[in-house]
Amino acid sequence: MSKPAKITVRDFDFYYGAAKVLHGITLDIPERQVTALIGPSGCGKSTFVRSINRMNDIIPEARGEGTIEIDGRNIYAGGTDVVALRRRVGMVFQKSNPFPKSIFENVAYGLRIGGVRNKRELHETVEKSLVRAALWDEVKDRLNASAFALSGGQQQRLCIARALAVDPEIVLMDEPASALDPIATTKIEELIWELKENYTIVIVTHNMQQAARVSDSTAFFMLGKLVEHGETKTIFMNPKEKLTEDYVTGRFG
Amino acid sequence: MHIQRHFDRDLEEIKDLLLRMGAMVEESIQQSIRALLDRDSAIAEEVIANDDRIDRMEVLIDQRVIELIAKMQPAAVDLRFVATAMKITPELERIADLAVDVCERVIELSREPQIKPLVQLPRLAEDAQRMVRQALDSFVRRDANLARQVIKEDDVVDQLTVDSFRSLLTYMLEDTRNISPAIRLTFIGKYFERMADGATNICEMVVYLVEGTIIKHAPPQPA
Repeated sequence: MSKPAKITVRDFDFYYGAAKVLHGITLDIPERQVTALIGPSGCGKSTFVRSINRMNDIIPEARGEGTIEIDGRNIYAGGTDVVALRRRVGMVFQKSNPFPKSIFENVAYGLRIGGVRNKRELHETVEKSLVRAALWDEVKDRLNASAFALSGGQQQRLCIARALAVDPEIVLMDEPASALDPIATTKIEELIWELKENYTIVIVTHNMQQAARVSDSTAFFMLGKLVEHGETKTIFMNPKEKLTEDYVTGRFG
Repeated sequence: MHIQRHFDRDLEEIKDLLLRMGAMVEESIQQSIRALLDRDSAIAEEVIANDDRIDRMEVLIDQRVIELIAKMQPAAVDLRFVATAMKITPELERIADLAVDVCERVIELSREPQIKPLVQLPRLAEDAQRMVRQALDSFVRRDANLARQVIKEDDVVDQLTVDSFRSLLTYMLEDTRNISPAIRLTFIGKYFERMADGATNICEMVVYLVEGTIIKHAPPQPA
């Protein structure tokens, strides 16, 4: 069941200015599996997931200490090419954020700025990405329509297709379904299940049931600390820590 | 719009495991009947030895069902399905234990002279076996009508059990040396009757699965 670690986190601290928001996180995230990060608001799970592709770098006075290694290389080491890092580590956000462009151009965007000019290559990759994001059948006849013409659930899958187009190895998802209705949510969850064949997925969710459904392993964060990380079925059936038990049973407070 | 859920594959897996367990139990019943009719201790020993596999299967299915509840929070028909699965496994396990009990009595009987040709017991055994098979069929096909039909057959089995006992009683009254084997045969009749009860319980769960109505402990509705 347990696969080799794709992401290895050791004693990772994170600060916003003087405020320390992550405390000594140590965690192995297995390759080609879904790892869910759960915990109450403000527990640091979003900060942590954004540390994996250094999205927090854009916040002034934010800094990380300790190491996060992807395939054994520390992404916080000096000289790391952050643009190349984000190409390997794609991200999908809570609110779908398509560009004000056509469906096709949204998916092709990353390829174009990556210098791909060959029309056939663009078309093939756009199609493949839309297929992988389980959206192709719904949009193949209207690729030139505006992305805003799509429903919320479709827009979110479009954003997933856009993330997949640049061929990442890791996909980070920060509450990818929390703005969607139950059917669109089920589609996203099914998609996540399919995607783990090829990608390492880290998903932040405040919906514990969603974490239980989609993930192989679950990490429970609280007050900036990692309380427990284990197989999802263990976390939800028989967690080791009392705090985890209280959280997953809704006995918090 | 129908969404293919990986959850459906999990449910399918549980169904397959239940069917495998059901097939093992049917095999045990079949073997126990053969052992009884042929007075064959070797087959009886085999059934007793194989019971472990069925027990392990029960534990495995229970684990899977609990994982599924923990991870997928099943609702509506999915919830009724996992509840049914959880209630069917112990019934099957108990039925297999009864087949073991039959075999233990068969081994004891093989050391004693045969008091009479078996008349009601083979019918009783076959009826019980058929009811268990049909109960499983009704589960697989989600067929509440078949389930209800099986439940009705339980009365026939109960009557056969009474007939069998009465007949054995006359042998016991006739000659006290018959008492020991006749009591063993009475037990065997009771074991098969309990298997039929197990089949009935499974069928009641199938009606619950399909219709969401609890019919156990309720007087039968007029047809």
